[in-house]
Amino acid sequence: MNLSVYAYSFLGVLKREFLRFIHQRSRFFSSLVRPLLWLIVFAAGFRAALGLSITPPYQTYITYETYIIPGLACMILLFNGMQSALSMVYDREMGSMRVLLMSPLPRSWLLFCKLFAIALISLIQVYAFYGITLALDIRLPLIGLLYALPALLLTALELGAIGLFLSSKIRQLENFAGVMNFVIFPMFFMSSALYPLWRMRESSEWLYWVCSLNPFTYAVELVRFAMYSQLNLEALWVTLATTLFFGGMAIIGFRPEKVTGTK
Amino acid sequence: MSIELNAVNFRYGKRQVLHDLTFSLTAGGFNALLGPNGAGKTTLISLLTRLLALQSGSIKIQEDDLRQAPRRIMASLGVVFQQSTLDLDLSVLQNLEYHGALHGLSRQQVKNRALEELARMSLSDRLNDKVRSLNGGHRRRVEIARALLHRPKVLLLDEPSVGLDTRTRLELNEYVRSLCETHGLTLLWTTHLMDEIRPEDHLLVLNKGHLLFANSGAALLSLTNTHLLSDAFEQITGLRETVT
Repeated sequence: MNLSVYAYSFLGVLKREFLRFIHQRSRFFSSLVRPLLWLIVFAAGFRAALGLSITPPYQTYITYETYIIPGLACMILLFNGMQSALSMVYDREMGSMRVLLMSPLPRSWLLFCKLFAIALISLIQVYAFYGITLALDIRLPLIGLLYALPALLLTALELGAIGLFLSSKIRQLENFAGVMNFVIFPMFFMSSALYPLWRMRESSEWLYWVCSLNPFTYAVELVRFAMYSQLNLEALWVTLATTLFFGGMAIIGFRPEKVTGTK
Repeated sequence: MSIELNAVNFRYGKRQVLHDLTFSLTAGGFNALLGPNGAGKTTLISLLTRLLALQSGSIKIQEDDLRQAPRRIMASLGVVFQQSTLDLDLSVLQNLEYHGALHGLSRQQVKNRALEELARMSLSDRLNDKVRSLNGGHRRRVEIARALLHRPKVLLLDEPSVGLDTRTRLELNEYVRSLCETHGLTLLWTTHLMDEIRPEDHLLVLNKGHLLFANSGAALLSLTNTHLLSDAFEQITGLRETVT
């Protein structure tokens, strides 16, 4: 098979995901409502109650709204990654997943195409969110939004890979709803997305350690540092390793089934 | 293109659903896989299409072994599953484009072939319609057009007539038979409805995972001493041993 075959398949998967995204406009708006609620409603209350000291990458005092922007951007990636995984469970239940699995191209390549398409769609939503935050007069480093792009892409791939892995393990849509609650909410709330880790440590040592072990914390910090034109190497390695691990597990999960249970 | 199965067994956990299946399919002809519900037809199709991994035995398509050359085999197979796999919110063309892309076809190639296949099915004017707006018979035809898009040598149809009214399913059956001639396809049609089968067809009768019969419809009539294939089918599925 020559390279053009791979290119056509990549473009085909990309186009289908975009068409589905366009057909599900409500998904786009709901993905923006969640972070905007945090930004406008919750942040208004937390701003007064929560003091933030100067910690890297910040070089001066910042408002709570400014602090949570990277976390909220990652929140969009997290929800979109999981929602795309949900659609794969639906595809599997409805049978349309078979079209993908019947392709003569390597499944690892097809899953990568799918993952990349999911990531690109997530990025569109994140930059729409950035646009709204700028319109709300929240100060963001403009050049940082550009620097954040690779960090956001890697994070989107990481969260998409976790979603793909979960979708490979879950046979029924109903089960996925439970997993969403056990994955999304703990991942988001037990991270540095809404509060700095030192704040967590002040209130609970064990919570601090859980947050420190959460890969989502590293994704948020990677994006936060990138937005301020800095590279957090530790966050980069953890995010990269998590992406490769779950990407590999998803590929294994989508191999022809090794059935052991009942039909 | 011939298909050969040799000593294929399959089990879901402790429950064995296919027992030592060995048979070959006539190249370039209409082959019917018959069996009541639960006979193992869909499991067999899933093995042929690699949706399930082969546990024992071997499957060869032409000279290629499914384990050793899975991609070459996938490229030579067109499949219509019992359950529709079309994306209802996409147009007919968009569904075909997606399938074509997954087989490495360019957009222009897909469009040319889609127009060709849909014209044969009198569906050219529905190219840009959403699949959701098509009736059951037309959706099935779109699925067949999609399965033929990458020019396969073998077409597998897993109970394609399920959910269609009698007239539509017999028209579909007629159309698929004509594909054997126009496309030179080896065709495997699975069903439990005997009015879709003719005496000249090559039949495989499966029951509870056992192959009961593998020969022509005429041979089945002669073996069971009946005049109707439906009677012959009922009679033979009452047996539990191979009568080839």
